[in-house]
Amino acid sequence: MMRPFRWLFPHPFLTILLSAVWILLQNELSAGMLVFGLILGIVIPILTARWWTDRPQGIRPLRMIAYVLLVIWDIIVANVQVAWIILTKSNASMKPAWVVIPLDLREPEAISILAGTITLTPGTVSADLSDCGRYLLVHALDAEDPDAVRDDIKDRYERRLKEIFL
Amino acid sequence: MNPEIIATYAVILLLLIGSFFIIVASIGLLKLSDPMTRLHAPTKAGTLGIGAYLLAAVVHSFSVGEGSLHELLIMAFIFVTAPVSANFMAKANIHRRDCALQTPELPDGDTWATLNVPEEDREVEGPHT
Repeated sequence: MMRPFRWLFPHPFLTILLSAVWILLQNELSAGMLVFGLILGIVIPILTARWWTDRPQGIRPLRMIAYVLLVIWDIIVANVQVAWIILTKSNASMKPAWVVIPLDLREPEAISILAGTITLTPGTVSADLSDCGRYLLVHALDAEDPDAVRDDIKDRYERRLKEIFL
Repeated sequence: MNPEIIATYAVILLLLIGSFFIIVASIGLLKLSDPMTRLHAPTKAGTLGIGAYLLAAVVHSFSVGEGSLHELLIMAFIFVTAPVSANFMAKANIHRRDCALQTPELPDGDTWATLNVPEEDREVEGPHT
């Protein structure tokens, strides 16, 4: 039962994503577009399956959705905070700082999602990864206490990502 | 209040929010002094500014009866690509030693990937002035 399924959909998530992107690109929902989107969504993963060897074993979709909603909310809050800092603080009174985040995550996909999240959220930009992938270098726009920023990122995002990636 | 008027107000509100964040991002680009801090303005305010504009376009398209959703695609691609470009600019700054603050040292002999120059290229890179 599982085998033909794995053969037809080596990457089920990519199948759904490609079909959805195709339909959104066409900007209309008709039977023909749905069928063509599904054909693309089935053929492209099969053709590219051999390049996806090291992908994570699986993710928890519900937690992923919860994570995306949390990040969207944080982006809105972050925008207001950064706007406030830019408009009200003088350059001299800002305290930019480098924050080093020791990573517990090992999957490259999880680390890239974490780095992307950090760049999109409160006053922080992820700048670099250490050679062995154990530390993430983050630049904070205005951090009174760099250690608090580090703990916040570890607790808010990394812990959740660890639960998402099996 | 018919739905059309509500939609118009929603579009106006979204356009105002978008314009506010984009103008703050531009102010930030002008005002902030160091290349690394300057990076913060466009990566944050830009995403929400453009997001609000695109949402306004979606609401407007539905209110005039020609629903269109491919703006969501633009939003998704911006949210995926903005951190990557910000990361590359940060890497360029670190590489040029352009930051006001030195990058911190790492424990147990690890180095930052950007600063790890292969032995044979050290001469070419040289100390920056």
